[in-house]
Amino acid sequence: MQLSDGFEGKLMPAGATAGAAVPTPLRGTAKYLPLRKALNRAAPYVFIAPAAIITTLALAYPMLQSVWLSFRDWSLGTPLGQSRFVGLANYEWLLHDPNFWASAAVTLTFAFAVVVVEVLLGVMLAILLDRELRFVSLFRTIFILPMMVAPIVVGLVWRYMYNEQFGTFAHLLKALGFAPVPWLSSPKLALISVIIADVWQWTPFIFILSLAALQSLPASALEAARIDGATHWQMVWHIKVPLMMPVIAVAALLRLIDAFKVLEVIYILTEGGPGLSTEIMSLHIYKTAFVSQQLGQAAALSNMLLLIVLALTVIFAALTAVRQRREKLAAARR
Amino acid sequence: MTSSSIRRATPASYAIVFVLALVALGPILVMLTTSLKLKTQIFGEGASFFFMPTLQNYDAVLSDGQNVRYLTNSLIVACVSTILTLGFGCTAAYAIVRFRFLGRDVASTATLLMRMVPPAVLTVPVFTIWTYQYGLNNTLTGVILVYTGLNLPFVIWILQSFLVQVPRQLEEAARMDGANPYQIFFMVVLPLIKPGLAAAAIFTFRIAWNEFILGLVLTNRFTRTMPVKVSLFINEHNIEWGQIMAVGALIAIPPLVFTFMASRQIITGMTAGAVKG
Repeated sequence: MQLSDGFEGKLMPAGATAGAAVPTPLRGTAKYLPLRKALNRAAPYVFIAPAAIITTLALAYPMLQSVWLSFRDWSLGTPLGQSRFVGLANYEWLLHDPNFWASAAVTLTFAFAVVVVEVLLGVMLAILLDRELRFVSLFRTIFILPMMVAPIVVGLVWRYMYNEQFGTFAHLLKALGFAPVPWLSSPKLALISVIIADVWQWTPFIFILSLAALQSLPASALEAARIDGATHWQMVWHIKVPLMMPVIAVAALLRLIDAFKVLEVIYILTEGGPGLSTEIMSLHIYKTAFVSQQLGQAAALSNMLLLIVLALTVIFAALTAVRQRREKLAAARR
Repeated sequence: MTSSSIRRATPASYAIVFVLALVALGPILVMLTTSLKLKTQIFGEGASFFFMPTLQNYDAVLSDGQNVRYLTNSLIVACVSTILTLGFGCTAAYAIVRFRFLGRDVASTATLLMRMVPPAVLTVPVFTIWTYQYGLNNTLTGVILVYTGLNLPFVIWILQSFLVQVPRQLEEAARMDGANPYQIFFMVVLPLIKPGLAAAAIFTFRIAWNEFILGLVLTNRFTRTMPVKVSLFINEHNIEWGQIMAVGALIAIPPLVFTFMASRQIITGMTAGAVKG
């Protein structure tokens, strides 16, 4: 829409033609002072300006800077002015660095493992508990508690519980007569232990979203199936799960994107070890930058991670768009 | 939904819910009980559920001036950035939802993209820019700026779904009465999205209060926030588990209290984006 339109024209029409339906006498501009009119016309820009400025300063510009830095050789402690342009050398180094591939593999394993386990568990529990429960709101409150705890604290607690000498699991295993398990010190187990902690924290997210989706399914479809004599599990499998699918997909994708952000829990639990067995890319970026002090290489790494997340985000956006179009079609058909 | 389509709960379903609640609460309870134990009780044989609780760990943590300073830093950073994020976020969300203007599509796409950025990706450039260009390294202002930036896309995203539900007729009516867009927003729309603002406030506070990696990179021993301090605590050789758990509890308590106060809003905020699409 053109800028010259008055404020009246810029409020998005409720229906397709509502914009034209504004009574003409109100459009009389005589009662507006020019300055006031200009201010009103600028309203959307005034509304969005503070957020635009902050995100430009604190997000967009840093991300551009990250691209620029990724072409430079710069180590922490030397002035930025002494860094030199090295072209694609940082990226080339990355692709030949076994540590990068190791951490990429850990990241992908971690992300897909937590999403699969959390979605399966969360959806199953939602279906199981889609009943007239008492104290539902109390239980729901309890289930969101793990998500509210700082990841750093989650790391602390699980590190304590995993402790081989005096941790909670050590006591439990001992009481049951089992040998102690090297939760965090075995390269094979460490990743699984880290995944368990994430599953504890985030399964409730999928569970609550799925339950909300289940309880807002169209009654007509369920009623029709019941009249046709569908059993409970047939209804779950053939009607409820397919109808829930869009929500499950969105929730799973959100979790997947968030799984690439995980850093704190692992930083506290294992610091990426033993060896590189739990060194996910976020942590690898941090270590490259502030332990190995190679800021240019770390920037290149950051951009790789950003590309992965960007690709997932595009899928997410496409999924949402498809869903909205389908809903609009369905609404039009009604 | 007809009530007949929801099945009755059986004792088994209560048992499952109860076990799940225990699993969810377990680690939090472990933290709280450990923070109330003496060193000898923590390292003692067998898991002891029966012990004399002591506040000694909290006393040790809070009598250390450094810790008090770091807690204060955390509080300042979280509160200021929450206020800024909400203030800037609600107007931006309103502009995106209700107006057509040049750059609207860019703003709306950028919001979605920026919501997804992993904080770790920002560590290197933010450290560089804050140190060499903005001169904000080791200041609370610097931390507040990056947290506000990080949270804005998130808040805009949550608030959009609340703003869409505000009946347009109300705004039309206010406009007929001669209200300008600013009056319409602050006097008509804003009061209607209070639940959304509450949800957004809790989410923002939680992220700013809990954030760690950018805080680690951007602060020094004066401007540290509590999560950063804890991470340094844990890599000492003689880990004081009782005290660490006390610090953990101190960090965990504000978000937990908010959860009990406003769980309805949190759940609405969480489901808003995903369920309603």
